[in-house]
Amino acid sequence: MISQVFILTTSGDHLIYKDFRGEAGVDAIRTFYEAVTALSGDQPPVVMVGLGVQSHKGMHFVHVKQGGLYWAASTKSNPSPFTVIEFLNRLAALTKDYCGSLSEKSVRMNFALIYELLDEMVDYGYIQTTSTDMLKNFIQTETMSSKPFSLFELGNVGLFGAETQQSKVAPSAATSRPLMFTRGDQGGNEIFVDVIERLSVIIGSNGVVMKADIEGEIRVKCYLPGCSEMRIGLNEELSIGKSQLRGYGMAVRMDECSFHQAVKLDEFDAYRILKICPSQGEQTVMQYQLCDDLPCAPPFRLFPTVERDIGNRLLIYLKLRCDLSPKSVALNVSVTLPIPKGSVSLSQELSSPDQSAELQSKNKALQWDIPRFPGGAQLSALFKLEVPGLSSASLQEVGPVSLCFELPKHTCTGLQVRFLRLTPTQPGSSQRWVRYVTHSDSYTIRI
Amino acid sequence: MPYFGSEETVKELKRALSNPNIQSDRLRYRNYIFRVIRSMTQGLDVSALFMEMVKASATVDIVQKKLVYLYMCTYASLKPDLVLLAINTLRKDCADPNPMVRGLALRNMCNLRMPGITEYIQQPIMTGLRDKAPYVRRVAVLGCAKMQRLQTLTEIDATIVNELYGMLRDPDPVVMVNCLRALEEILQAEGGVVINKPIAHHLLNRLKDLDSWAQSEVLTFLLRYRPRSEDELFDILSLLDGFLQSGHTPVLAATLRLFLQLAAEHPAVQVDALVRARGPLLNACGAQSRELRFAGLCHVQKILKSQPGQYGAHYKRFFCSYSEPSYIKFRKIEILVELVNDENVGLVLEELRGYCTDVSLELAQAAIAAIGRIGRMYSEKCLDILTGLLGLKQEHITSAVVQTFRDLTWHCPQSTVLVCRAVEGCEETIQDAEGKQALLWLLGVHGGKINSAPYVLEGYINGLKSEMSSAVKVELLTAAVQLFLVRPAEMQDMLGRLLQYCIEEESDMCVRDRAILSYRLLQCGVAETRRVIQGPESDPSMGVIIGRPEEPVSNWVSTFNTLTPLCGRVTSPEPTTSGCTNHTTQNVVADPLAGTSEETEVYTPEDKQGVIGMSLGPTLLHEDFERLWLELKLSLRENLGFPGPRSSPETLQAALQLVKMQTLAFSRADTLPWKAYIYTHCSGTLVLAELLQPTAEPESDGMVLSIKQKPEDRQVLQEFVAVLKTVLQTLIKGTS
Repeated sequence: MISQVFILTTSGDHLIYKDFRGEAGVDAIRTFYEAVTALSGDQPPVVMVGLGVQSHKGMHFVHVKQGGLYWAASTKSNPSPFTVIEFLNRLAALTKDYCGSLSEKSVRMNFALIYELLDEMVDYGYIQTTSTDMLKNFIQTETMSSKPFSLFELGNVGLFGAETQQSKVAPSAATSRPLMFTRGDQGGNEIFVDVIERLSVIIGSNGVVMKADIEGEIRVKCYLPGCSEMRIGLNEELSIGKSQLRGYGMAVRMDECSFHQAVKLDEFDAYRILKICPSQGEQTVMQYQLCDDLPCAPPFRLFPTVERDIGNRLLIYLKLRCDLSPKSVALNVSVTLPIPKGSVSLSQELSSPDQSAELQSKNKALQWDIPRFPGGAQLSALFKLEVPGLSSASLQEVGPVSLCFELPKHTCTGLQVRFLRLTPTQPGSSQRWVRYVTHSDSYTIRI
Repeated sequence: MPYFGSEETVKELKRALSNPNIQSDRLRYRNYIFRVIRSMTQGLDVSALFMEMVKASATVDIVQKKLVYLYMCTYASLKPDLVLLAINTLRKDCADPNPMVRGLALRNMCNLRMPGITEYIQQPIMTGLRDKAPYVRRVAVLGCAKMQRLQTLTEIDATIVNELYGMLRDPDPVVMVNCLRALEEILQAEGGVVINKPIAHHLLNRLKDLDSWAQSEVLTFLLRYRPRSEDELFDILSLLDGFLQSGHTPVLAATLRLFLQLAAEHPAVQVDALVRARGPLLNACGAQSRELRFAGLCHVQKILKSQPGQYGAHYKRFFCSYSEPSYIKFRKIEILVELVNDENVGLVLEELRGYCTDVSLELAQAAIAAIGRIGRMYSEKCLDILTGLLGLKQEHITSAVVQTFRDLTWHCPQSTVLVCRAVEGCEETIQDAEGKQALLWLLGVHGGKINSAPYVLEGYINGLKSEMSSAVKVELLTAAVQLFLVRPAEMQDMLGRLLQYCIEEESDMCVRDRAILSYRLLQCGVAETRRVIQGPESDPSMGVIIGRPEEPVSNWVSTFNTLTPLCGRVTSPEPTTSGCTNHTTQNVVADPLAGTSEETEVYTPEDKQGVIGMSLGPTLLHEDFERLWLELKLSLRENLGFPGPRSSPETLQAALQLVKMQTLAFSRADTLPWKAYIYTHCSGTLVLAELLQPTAEPESDGMVLSIKQKPEDRQVLQEFVAVLKTVLQTLIKGTS
């Protein structure tokens, strides 16, 4: 059971503090904060403190870090870590649902609402309910939003590639809008279905793909005040598990998948249709994995050359190719390359002015940023590094390269949402959005 | 944290809240209440406003009510007299037609933690238990637990307990779970809520209606239920089967633990459950939430202790991603070491090799130590990698590699030759004390095989004045004396200089005493010094063991799905080396001292484990065993009447380990006479045993068992003999 719940900023300010059981005082927060910030870097989610302090004897703190804030719970018993972590994640997700975004500012402005949420979610340290459907009956406070929301704000370009097809794609900021806004009549009629995939790939120095895992999920964010049933149709030739095969040729495959409790699967086996009655707010409807078998070529290939030049100079020539179809585009590509420890200066030759490169002396790495990378294109860059005392052993310190990127409108598994039907049909103009994005969870290329 | 000028703020708020103009303006009034709560959250003491806040509670505005209640619950214990003013409003709210208001009032009334409140809340709670709205019943049920806590001294109210047991049948699932929780707290002194057969089956049947939080909690309550028969057990397991695949990790973990605990007597079922839960657990290890990932990894680590083979094929899931925080990376590296096998060793090592040049020094060192751990089984490949790393000439890498080398030669003597070759020339790169100590240890123990050893030592002796660490100096003294015994001609002069400096000029008493000790020892003659100083060059108990013994599931299942696996040790950069260092130095350097200190430890009563309370630890060193064996009288000699098992000694060792007997040494399988030495700790006594197969014809004569014991305990002795016989006979049956 949970003794206290509190939200702290990274500088230790208390944003929310609620004591459920009266087992320890407010000073427990300070003890926790000192323990978490004692060492540099992130700390593991469970810290035990107060071995010396009598009042906090045997007290455990479980925390998650989200939105740059510590979401922490203290406990004197020995509960399931999964439960407490999932609860804190859920609290953060609900806060995001209700306040629009997750930041120090939004939490500060909506503290009354968060207290209200906590009051209904937990009683005497026991989790009562966390479902939006139940909670919405009890939450009375109105959300304070820092700025009025407008769906098609032109400034919000990015993640989902709003700039290309203004009329068809909702900007990524569309979902960072508080749920309770829909109380009024300001067109709370959207439903967003996002297919989000995270890619983790390791490519060996010989170009062979050594590991390729995809973790994906279908996330529904619903603003509709009342929606009885939604049907999401996936690719009919979707096959699950290693043995199963459906359709001919280009089947979409996944190894495993799991569904939200509320999803009805009676039409899934035959037609690959998910039926769900979405509650307001965000929920993950389906999660799936595909291991060690990419259906398409990995999105990026790198052809590096590392040479020793005269004197103490190191020449690094990187050629990066994007193997996506020409219609797709990769955004915010960032290439990080570890370099010898002693490197002092960098000169670069990049192929276009929007790219940039810099030497990060703290991480002893080189970072090459490409804001936009069209499919099928090939970019190259030449870096000259000045490394005093360069030896042949220093060359071994170069690499492996890691890539960060986003692929809007692209799923690596090829999973598609065929259709989205709401029953009964919503009166007025309900807007349904389906969006796809692939993130790089970890994309490493060895040199 | 106290804010400066807090008094001003409180005064201002007080003035505003009692201003009738503001009171009449709902929005402004509410805004001031917001400010009070905000100050309270920030740690400001606003208890002085209690009176004004109580007034504010009499409102129809629910938001305002909630905030005021929050305030009152926080400060109730400070202002018990003023709370009574609010009680009336609260009690009136408890009879409100709106169930939300009723619930709210009841919940907060029970949250007022102050003495004497019970007399006011008892009646509303009893009414609340029979309320028609489930929301109010939920609150009332937990209210019973709160009330019990407020009056710890009084007796448990049997009517409430009965009422709560009855309400386990409530149609609302949350009410049902709250009843369990409340009963657990109320009956804490009596061991918590009783889960008998009807209750257990009722809970199992309703499991599907609950939300996932309640599911995992009910599954935890079910842990205390013991099915009466096999049939019932398997009925329960098949009911639970679906939950093993749950996508919700808390439910999965709770189910898995329940499975493992219920099926304690059916190892096959346990293995099957672990296999089925593997997929979801692996998903937890790759979850988007880093914290969840970490929790998953910690639990996988537990499972690996019993089933190291299960995750071998999934090793790629444990490769680190560059964006992960270090606490996850360290766990992943530990897991990789544990799941390594013949198929994946190449790729795992290649991955670990990549981490060795990481920006984070701790990570690099952990990776190097991990390669060293794998090296105990796959020494050749690992030595190649480690030797290659020395070429980088990086301070921290070389230091970590040399430390790893030290441990490797200790655990795996066959690597000594290669290590001795690789270690030459490292001294220039090593700067830190830990690395220097490791290098000196290697030079001292294996100096005979390292050509440049005396010159390296000379370098250290010449630079002694600038050496800061006394640990390094002590290690240097030991190494110099050890090397002197092997290569006297080259060492004599510099050893003299070293001893002279340390005795005359050194300010650190520890170093000086060690130098004097060495000096006196040398005065006793070379033979005597050799006898004292030179210990085994490698861990004698490790020679024949390949691989770890698998731990039974029961060892960790009681902490599965609790915080314990997660708190363990906090991200230590070198989990392996630090332990070994102690071990080695104690054994080799301070051997005579270690003997006495260990002796006292040996006889401390151990936690009762194993068959008749036998336990493996604390580890007995070879020398101690030998000494004790010579000291003690024979307690029992018996001809077992059957020959030794024909299976390999390693099997015997593993089998004995399962019953908590440690095999200290044994001859090879084909030699005769065949001998094995065994020991165990058992209810405060130490049992030492020798198994002897004297003649060449195993059929003709049985094995001879000799036992010595300290202190004597006949009963334990008989039990020990019985267990040992059973193990041997089982093995004989198994092989014939």
